[in-house]
Amino acid sequence: MTKSPSFDGRRWHDMGGELAGPIPDDQHDFAIWEKRVDALMTIASNKGHFTVDGLRRVLEDMGEDAFETMTYCERWIAAVNQNLIEAGVYSTAALATKMAQVEARGATYGEATDAPG
Amino acid sequence: MPHDHHDHLSPSGHPFRKDNDEPLTYWQTMEIAIRELLIEKGVTTASEIARQVDAMDARNPAMGASVVARYWTDPDFAAALLEDASAATRQMGFDIGPMKLIALPNTPMLHDMVVCTLCSCYPRNLLGLPPDWYKSRAYRSRTVKEPRKTLEEFGVTTSKEVEIRVHDSTADMRYIVIPNRPVGTDSWQADRLAGLVTRDSMIGTGLPAHP
Repeated sequence: MTKSPSFDGRRWHDMGGELAGPIPDDQHDFAIWEKRVDALMTIASNKGHFTVDGLRRVLEDMGEDAFETMTYCERWIAAVNQNLIEAGVYSTAALATKMAQVEARGATYGEATDAPG
Repeated sequence: MPHDHHDHLSPSGHPFRKDNDEPLTYWQTMEIAIRELLIEKGVTTASEIARQVDAMDARNPAMGASVVARYWTDPDFAAALLEDASAATRQMGFDIGPMKLIALPNTPMLHDMVVCTLCSCYPRNLLGLPPDWYKSRAYRSRTVKEPRKTLEEFGVTTSKEVEIRVHDSTADMRYIVIPNRPVGTDSWQADRLAGLVTRDSMIGTGLPAHP
């Protein structure tokens, strides 16, 4: 079997050993929505709705483009969502309905978030 | 300080993140929707989410620093930490979670560094959430290829005689580096020593502060 020159045996997320630029030194404070993404991931996985392997499978399947265009917490909420739908916790239709309701509440995160805490 | 505009810095010294007054994004909308669906379905409650956010906020490098300082001052604990770091840190009262924790003691001839090339696995239960650079492509890619050069970018120069050992984390286990105890601290108690232990010294990209 001839090895394709376009296939080096690993996927995009397997970055170890590649050349890259300087280590970025910028740092941001986590916004409350990002902390909630982290909390939802922890709570839902602790309750057995998915595993870290399920999350990573979705993150890895997103491909390199997502790594460049989405922030860390954006990728994680997408992965949490995919796993919760696969686990049957809610349907895509229920999510679409809820997202439309949230969007209608206001133009900013502060206005659109409803639940306390 | 590299920053000139102090008005724009948070108490942590970093620029404030654009936050709740910015236009709502698609992914923020999704987070709100998922959070409310999970509450409606009885998976969680608003107060449980708030408690989880608070618990994560409370985790910070001082926790790891207390582990390192105890390692330096308590030989029985040091042996227990090397034997089973998850159990030893749990006995100190830390919630280590389900993953396996491994302590990596530096020596004068060995410098350990931690990375996660595949993802962003980090000892968050002991150090808090990871710094942004830890999750960057540059750190993930280069640390296993040119660790000495990467270290230099963090301001740490090592002699060629010192071995640099890079440890690649996995989803199920985490590392914490035990840096060398600074010289001139022989009479110091653990509490005071802990003040010298920086976050980066426990990732392996820094050294403890000078006494």
